[in-house]
Amino acid sequence: MKALMFGWEFPPHILGGLGTASFGLTRGMAMQSDMDITFVIPKPYGDEDQSFLKIIGACNVPVNWRDVNYDQVKRKIGNTMAPELYYKLRDHIYADFSSIYTNELGCIGFSGRYPDNLLEEINNYSICAGVIARAADFDVIHSHDWLTYPAGIHAKMVTGKPLVIHVHATDFDRSRGNVNPQVFAIEKNGMDYADHIITVSNLTRDIVINKYHVDPRKVTTVHNAVEPVSKEIQNIIPNKNPKEKVVTFLGRITMQKGPEYFVEAAARVLERSKNIRFVMAGSGDKMVEMIDLAARRKISDRFHFTGFLKGKQVYEMLKSSDVYVMPSVSEPFGISPLEAMQVSVPTIISKQSGCAEILMNAIKLDYWDIDGMADAIYSICTYPDMAEFLQKEGKNEVDNIKWEYAGNRVRAIYEKVLRS
Amino acid sequence: MKTICFYFQIHQPFRLKRYRFFDIGKDHYYYDDFNNENIIRRIADRSFVPANQLMLDMIQASEGKFRFALSISGIALEQLQVYAPEVIDGFKELAKTGCVEFLAETYAHSLASLKDTEEFVEQVKQHTETIKELFGQTPTVFRNTELFYSDEIGSVVSSLGYKGMITEGAKHLLGWKSPNYLYASSSNPELKLLLRNYKLSDDIAFRFSNTHWNEFPLTADKFVRWISTTPESEQVVNLFMNYETFGELQSKESGIFEFMKALPRFAEESKISFSTPSEVVGKLKSVADIPVPYPVSWADEERDTTNWLGNQLQNAACSKLYSISERVRLIEDLRIKQDWMYLQCSDHFYYMSTKHSSDGSMRNVFSPYDSPYDAFTNYMNVLGDFITRVEAQYPSSIENDELNSLLSTIKNQGEEIVSLEKEIKKMKALKNKKAISSEANPKKTATKK
Repeated sequence: MKALMFGWEFPPHILGGLGTASFGLTRGMAMQSDMDITFVIPKPYGDEDQSFLKIIGACNVPVNWRDVNYDQVKRKIGNTMAPELYYKLRDHIYADFSSIYTNELGCIGFSGRYPDNLLEEINNYSICAGVIARAADFDVIHSHDWLTYPAGIHAKMVTGKPLVIHVHATDFDRSRGNVNPQVFAIEKNGMDYADHIITVSNLTRDIVINKYHVDPRKVTTVHNAVEPVSKEIQNIIPNKNPKEKVVTFLGRITMQKGPEYFVEAAARVLERSKNIRFVMAGSGDKMVEMIDLAARRKISDRFHFTGFLKGKQVYEMLKSSDVYVMPSVSEPFGISPLEAMQVSVPTIISKQSGCAEILMNAIKLDYWDIDGMADAIYSICTYPDMAEFLQKEGKNEVDNIKWEYAGNRVRAIYEKVLRS
Repeated sequence: MKTICFYFQIHQPFRLKRYRFFDIGKDHYYYDDFNNENIIRRIADRSFVPANQLMLDMIQASEGKFRFALSISGIALEQLQVYAPEVIDGFKELAKTGCVEFLAETYAHSLASLKDTEEFVEQVKQHTETIKELFGQTPTVFRNTELFYSDEIGSVVSSLGYKGMITEGAKHLLGWKSPNYLYASSSNPELKLLLRNYKLSDDIAFRFSNTHWNEFPLTADKFVRWISTTPESEQVVNLFMNYETFGELQSKESGIFEFMKALPRFAEESKISFSTPSEVVGKLKSVADIPVPYPVSWADEERDTTNWLGNQLQNAACSKLYSISERVRLIEDLRIKQDWMYLQCSDHFYYMSTKHSSDGSMRNVFSPYDSPYDAFTNYMNVLGDFITRVEAQYPSSIENDELNSLLSTIKNQGEEIVSLEKEIKKMKALKNKKAISSEANPKKTATKK
């Protein structure tokens, strides 16, 4: 089985949960011995782990024919793509794109991030997808998130192979309901063309069915999983003050993540207990507002902001926490609570998160229930048995949520679309 | 001749209201009155009232041949007195027929038998008192919370003077043996054991209206036939279930009332009688001793206590609760005593169970909470407040022994004061008498002077 996947992010250069999920899923699928994955991203850096799949950078795909010799190609893009592949792709240029600016190899530039001209970049990505689809050998097309839906559709149009789209989030989650009509149109179009739709939770599945009016038979939920923690992370020694408890919020400080509910809950807890500190780690457009709110609640002495954390820092923060809180207003899945539970941190999540559907040993609350959240935080910090129980049972639970199983479910969907 | 021994159990907890940690120290009322009233009223209307009527009718129609036992926790009686007094009146009427036996149990439907023997004994006594007061009977057969039983519990119950005890006919206790005999405790053979026939009991309590059951529909003659076709030597069939089976667990529309009504007739045709537990204990001889080293219950496939004390949360909460039991027993305050009972209810611990049910979710059907964690947090908050109230009475800095001796000193001094005061009164009275008599005979005194 050969799959051509379109994605936007791939570790180690990631900006959000999409990259983590793409990596985990492809690795889980690669455990199937006959699975062959080609993963297209806008801009590879050359340090991606390609041991279990092949990565093609859209920024290395020629769309305008240029007469360049082997050495030139090797020098220019050799670290991310073999020159042979370049020539093979060059043979499959299908239209005249000379109106688009391209470099000396005839390739379009990509930022690989989420720039202001995102829609243009999405369109260019889909042009490159047309070239790749004509050149590559595959059985099924798999597009991750709305940015790559147009590319997936294009590949399907060219080859007639079935298209599976993977909904990691919808614009309804990101905007609390005020959707951007252009984004909605792209999402809707992708869902209409798809032969099958994979959602990361039933919460997202309901949105896809109800807000995008998709036939429920076409939508299947495959819950995300989590990669086992590496030795390096296991060996981090947490920096803990035994006299104080640390309660952590970790993520983008945006409307979607519900940071204000965390601040309010903190204020309620601090009314009664003094040996608890609260940390809001991450950055985002609501950060200033949150600093201001903490000051107004007069808890700034016990409420700390760390700014954006990267890689190992995330786990250092998690490991020195006693409670992890994710009060997301709408979270398609949310892998981070699973990561917290992996390092034995008791976790409180909102019922409006997709991961709440599969997690048993986490405390689940409505995101707006600040009294309940405060109570749960107090309980974990005050009753050692509660904390211990959640640590132990939580770790046991997430250690059995594996990408391999998710991969098998995706495989079953491939088989299904190929049969019909 | 075979006999059927019915016992019905009634218990309802005082469910706790949502009690946040910021209420600790501020709010000393813990109960969800609305929910408690609603539930007990619903069950009373749908089950207890019509079931009482049914039982009364059956007793009258069979001219006293239909007999059974009731086991009602003290806490359930309190709730019924407040919210559904007509049910209590119904019980009293049943008691008057002489065909209904009331069993002893712990007042609070508590886990005390597993955790705190002293408290257990106190509660059993209190429950017996309540039954005597309400129904004019002194129970002779004991039924423990959720049918908990072990050799150790058996010894305590026997030492309290009970002749029989009811427990589960668990497979791992009986092995090849049949529950349809009278057995005895191995630690105290004078204590007889009635073992629940869980197959036949659950046929009525759980499977009666299950259309997927291959024996559906269950009719009275079929049921009696099953009993009459058991081996000749098997003497007693113990059918123990919740009283809510009639009308609540099995709805009225399922025909459960008609099923019961028809039972005595078919039983009589097959020469099967009805007996109460104490009659069984009095009439039959035990066939063997049953050793039970670890506590059993009537719950789940395992028939053990893990539903109540199976995880760390439950054990932590329960240990915390009983860590202050000695202290509470020293206290006279009635409200504290009452809360102490209500907080011991086994149900609070059941809500914290994390045993996975068949569908994988941990939410259990009877729990008012979203999750076991929620149940634990709420209970611990309430318990936190309760403990501060207990400590406000007697600070925890004083050791129990010291406190005890101080209290007995106070008590002794109090008694001494009372007796001294009596003496003073006596003396005063004597003095007054003298004064009066001297006034009456002034001359005599005068002459004496």
